[in-house]
Amino acid sequence: MYFGLSEEQSFFQDNVKKYLAEHATIDNIKHITSGDKKNLSAEIHQGLLNLGINGLLIPEEFGGLGLDLLFAAVVSEALGGGVGPTPFIAPYVMAPTAIKHAGSKTQQENYLSKIASNENRFGVGFSEFIGKRNDAGITFSDNTLNGRAMFVLDANDATHLLLADEKGQIFVVDAKSADLEIVKLTTVDKTRQYTEVICKNLEAELLEHSSDSRNPIYQAIDAGRIMLAADSLGASQTMIDKAVDYAKERKQFGRAIGSFQAVKHMCAEMAADLEPCYALVWQAAHCHDHSPDEARLMACHAKAHVSEMSKGIAKKATEVHGGMGFTDLLGLHYWFKRIGLNRQILGSPELVREEAYKTQV
Amino acid sequence: MDLEYGPEYQDFTKEVESFCEKYKGLSFTDGSNNPLGSSGGFGGPQMSRSEWQKTLIENGYFARSVPKEYGGYGGEADILKSRIIAAEFSKSNTPGAMGGQGIDMLVPTLLEMGTEEQKQAYIKPTLHGEMIWCQGYSEPNAGSDLASLQTKGDLVGDEWVINGQKIWTSTAQYSQMCFCLVRTEPDAPKHAGISYLLIPMDTSGIEIRPLVDMTLKAGFNEVFFTDVKIPAGNIVGKRGEGWAVANATLGHERGSLAPPDATMNRVNMLMQLMKEETLDGKPLIEHPIYRDRLMQIQGKVLAQQSHALRLLSAKLNPGADVKIGKMIQKLTGTELRHELEGLAIDVMGEIGTLYEDSPHLKNDGTWQFIYMYFLGLIIGGGTSQIQKNIIAERGLGMPKEPKVEGA
Repeated sequence: MYFGLSEEQSFFQDNVKKYLAEHATIDNIKHITSGDKKNLSAEIHQGLLNLGINGLLIPEEFGGLGLDLLFAAVVSEALGGGVGPTPFIAPYVMAPTAIKHAGSKTQQENYLSKIASNENRFGVGFSEFIGKRNDAGITFSDNTLNGRAMFVLDANDATHLLLADEKGQIFVVDAKSADLEIVKLTTVDKTRQYTEVICKNLEAELLEHSSDSRNPIYQAIDAGRIMLAADSLGASQTMIDKAVDYAKERKQFGRAIGSFQAVKHMCAEMAADLEPCYALVWQAAHCHDHSPDEARLMACHAKAHVSEMSKGIAKKATEVHGGMGFTDLLGLHYWFKRIGLNRQILGSPELVREEAYKTQV
Repeated sequence: MDLEYGPEYQDFTKEVESFCEKYKGLSFTDGSNNPLGSSGGFGGPQMSRSEWQKTLIENGYFARSVPKEYGGYGGEADILKSRIIAAEFSKSNTPGAMGGQGIDMLVPTLLEMGTEEQKQAYIKPTLHGEMIWCQGYSEPNAGSDLASLQTKGDLVGDEWVINGQKIWTSTAQYSQMCFCLVRTEPDAPKHAGISYLLIPMDTSGIEIRPLVDMTLKAGFNEVFFTDVKIPAGNIVGKRGEGWAVANATLGHERGSLAPPDATMNRVNMLMQLMKEETLDGKPLIEHPIYRDRLMQIQGKVLAQQSHALRLLSAKLNPGADVKIGKMIQKLTGTELRHELEGLAIDVMGEIGTLYEDSPHLKNDGTWQFIYMYFLGLIIGGGTSQIQKNIIAERGLGMPKEPKVEGA
């Protein structure tokens, strides 16, 4: 019995962390989010592709590494920890998972091998299946899609998109088609990209098995949720580390503020809240591949619970920094906002907990 | 990640399963007058508490790694087997071994630091449930700041003469013995002036006054010592080493106060209750706000269960860094259990306030009792605030509060 990361997983995670520490510095994040160095984000993405992040979940027969979801989770944790300004969850986790479970043999061969070779990059828009807001939503008839998909992840620079209707059917569309309009959505989290996609008689290919059952789309959503939980886990750990370091250095009333119980107890609470999240995320990722009976429950709870803990940590860690935490200069807000986005994407805690309940009846 | 225990353990699980089956419905002839264990079930075999204790030891289901000569099973310590035993006993509702501070705290302490004579004299009767111990640590003016304790022991000839007062002493009224922290070196710095003494409770000069707590049920006591004389040899470790001796086992107590599997059993029990009880004609579980609160807590307990597996794995595979992981257990486990029991009261509303033998009581009134009882555990064994100091200072390396002159 061994509960934890393998040497390979830790090693790979360290490499991603090291790469981000060198290239996604606060200065670079500021350049990227203010839009003054557009190619910087693409360079960082290329660096991570060189490490092999696109092929993690692709089966070996299609040219990938054939690893399990826990491997992807440790990468996601590293990306959250370094507020990695680069696509990961949609193109390299949700898309391959959806295609693996919903695609015909031909579709799998066609798309999975091209994700592994980096010829195809997918954005993913499943928001309306999880919770349709107002008049959003797409409909499929005569092999075309019409309507609006909100909060499509990583659609910029994508070659293809995966979009889902309310029934959970998944469609492949050409991201460069003239029948599709991509509208940039500006969120608080500028380290990642969200868009609205408007389809007008857009030609679409149904992933064959996605109309058989909802299992394929849930597989992809659960994998995405575990990645978001891992991302918030990494982001929260960084916020705690920064708060603890700051509290040890910053002096007021003639002593380090970390020696005041009011401050040190906030730090202890953050650590106590976050520590069990590691095990929850790891086990949820492990169950996704190896324990199908528990997989849905674990994925939902991992997403909801880590979102709740992270929200509290984001607030407390900012407070420990006092006024500095509130400034743009320090840049702590990048983590705060990343955690804020992760909480809402693919289902806010209340929605996800309701799903968790429904898996038990 | 490998959550399988392996084939050897599958066989062992079956063995424990059939043992539990054999003793299904076991009840105790002396169940109601033994404070350290349950009174058992119905319709199965009958025996005394002590006989059951011996049966468990003979089969290696209790005191597994304690040497035979001291009354244990004499096997290899096996963390996974211990876990399987606990899980199978819990699943089948088989009564476990008696607990209590003698078994949980004193026996490990003696095994580690006791003299051969002490091991021979005390471990076996303690394991067999024939010698009950209480813990004399806290004092009225030494709570969170335990090391400032003032009960004093003077060595006069070949006897310790003990004077002072202890408080929060559970089971003192049933105990034959007390392991006690006493200031024997008044001139030494406070942590270095304490000794760990073993005091027979029938020695003259000991007075026990029950201390009723808010549950109106659990039995704490105040214990007063007036010129209590015990042999000089009733000391574990050397003079002035008592603090270190006590700390060797204190961490063990903190970890075991609120095991997440037990909390998950209560979550399942609450979910069942919420399906049966109705509000305005609708099962409680169909009320979205209550349901969401239950799911929030289920998520927290799942996280603690996963965390416990991680800590278990760290014991089996040394080298994993779980320093903070271990420190948070007492804080998070007791707080979560209190929160869960409180949720049950909330979903029942007025019915949730019923207590003792009231009509309409649900689950024997355990929700209110445990809700209050766990507030006691949040405070006892190092309060939540002390736990946060430990996590911050020893876990995160944050600076200590400046010392106050003379403290």
